[in-house]
Amino acid sequence: MNTPANLKYAASHEWARLDADGTVTIGITDHAQEALGDIVFLDLPAVGRVVKAGDECAVVESVKAASDIYSPVSGEVVDINQTAADAPESVNADAYAAWLFRIKPTDSADCKAELDGLLDAAAYGATL
Amino acid sequence: MPLHTPLYDSHLAAGARMVDFSGWEMPIHYGSQIEEHHAVRRDAGMFDVSHMCALDLAGPDARGWLRRLLANDVAKLTTPGKALYSCLLNEAGGIIDDLIVYFFTAEHYRIVVNAGTAEKDIAWMQAQLAGFKAQLTQRRSGANALAMIAVQGPNARERFWTAFPASRAATEALGVFQAAEWRLPLSPVASPAAERGENWLIARTGYTGEDGFEITLPATDAAQTWRKLLDAGIKPCGLGARDTLRLEAGMNLYGQDMDEDISPYEAGLKWTVDLKDVARDFIGKSALAGKDARQVRNQFAGLLLLDRGVLRAHQKVITQQGAGEITSGTFSPSLNQSIALARLPVDVRIGNEVEVEIRDKRLRARVVKPSFVRNGQSLL
Repeated sequence: MNTPANLKYAASHEWARLDADGTVTIGITDHAQEALGDIVFLDLPAVGRVVKAGDECAVVESVKAASDIYSPVSGEVVDINQTAADAPESVNADAYAAWLFRIKPTDSADCKAELDGLLDAAAYGATL
Repeated sequence: MPLHTPLYDSHLAAGARMVDFSGWEMPIHYGSQIEEHHAVRRDAGMFDVSHMCALDLAGPDARGWLRRLLANDVAKLTTPGKALYSCLLNEAGGIIDDLIVYFFTAEHYRIVVNAGTAEKDIAWMQAQLAGFKAQLTQRRSGANALAMIAVQGPNARERFWTAFPASRAATEALGVFQAAEWRLPLSPVASPAAERGENWLIARTGYTGEDGFEITLPATDAAQTWRKLLDAGIKPCGLGARDTLRLEAGMNLYGQDMDEDISPYEAGLKWTVDLKDVARDFIGKSALAGKDARQVRNQFAGLLLLDRGVLRAHQKVITQQGAGEITSGTFSPSLNQSIALARLPVDVRIGNEVEVEIRDKRLRARVVKPSFVRNGQSLL
């Protein structure tokens, strides 16, 4: 299973990446896309929505089932991946390229703590 | 301990993702459910349906007993191999199961029931056999166990004949819902079952809305048959594709679109209740006749989602005539939009626009006839 070392992982199968501009990019893991099967719809949050870490923030629907996606960090949704929403199968093709949404942290210190509380690639891989 | 069909090892070898289905460990897909779906609509796919339960019925009262047991009338079966779809009703007119019955003679039939309901069905049938001279024998397990493989798609029969050329003469003229018995030649394929004189039953039936065969064969022939069908270019398909295909075809799934609290009239299956012979008293008949108020309250219809999203079972449907409920919903790979089967208030009309509650949103859907795709073509 593909779990890039530069990302942090939630036990609920989201990945998160702190970018240079201070925002956090979030998607689902390769394991999650494989378990869901053919993805046909992404229900992404409204830009401007404020979420807390652990909040339901998006829904990924495969032919089989709908799966809630939780934000691993607290902040404001500043961008969603409309390209992926228009071609949901891109999440199956590359779950790390087809990100879902980006969060601007409410507080950078809190965000660091939230990210530190996530799993690294090895620890996430061990849960699978 | 999960149950396994005779093709379990074949599925693992083909890279299947296995899931539990009514206690059976079955393939959900072998990589991509959508590709498997398209293979059946455009070419040929095959499904292991050995978890379904074949029952042999034999005895001088076989015909009379089935005319009492089933809501559809086996009296209309007069050609050997002819098949009939029917509901098995309880006394209240609720659906215990849906099944296919094959006629061989008035004293010999084969019945195929659903996997998850087989034990319940057999217990019910055995109880109803009291006083009738007929025996019921299950063929899903034991020394004489049968396997079932469905090959479906526009090229399914041709590919099947490529794999088994000697079967062509016996099966080429089969009409829809007609089956023929056939014996695997002893050479070049070694078959202990054929050596014992056991036949296959090749039926022009299916659960996908496409042409094809459902083949019932001795379990000992299953793995080598699957291999030959693979070699003939038939794509293995899992239960995932089976569900999207049957939903597009508008075919009910027992336990989802109907159950013991639902009558055939509320499940779009009135056409399977045969009332022509007024002298025939089948189980559930009087309850159906007395249930007019309930019959007319709900209708079975299709929904086509107009907004983006995916319809799912148990979502609430809001109409101007009252609330309804989705019984099966999915994303339709053939139509590239979401479809559903639903029970709606009877005054809702085909073409009406309704709303479906999905999480915190209400999405628009159009009411359509409960049949979306047949023989590769959209019916919308």
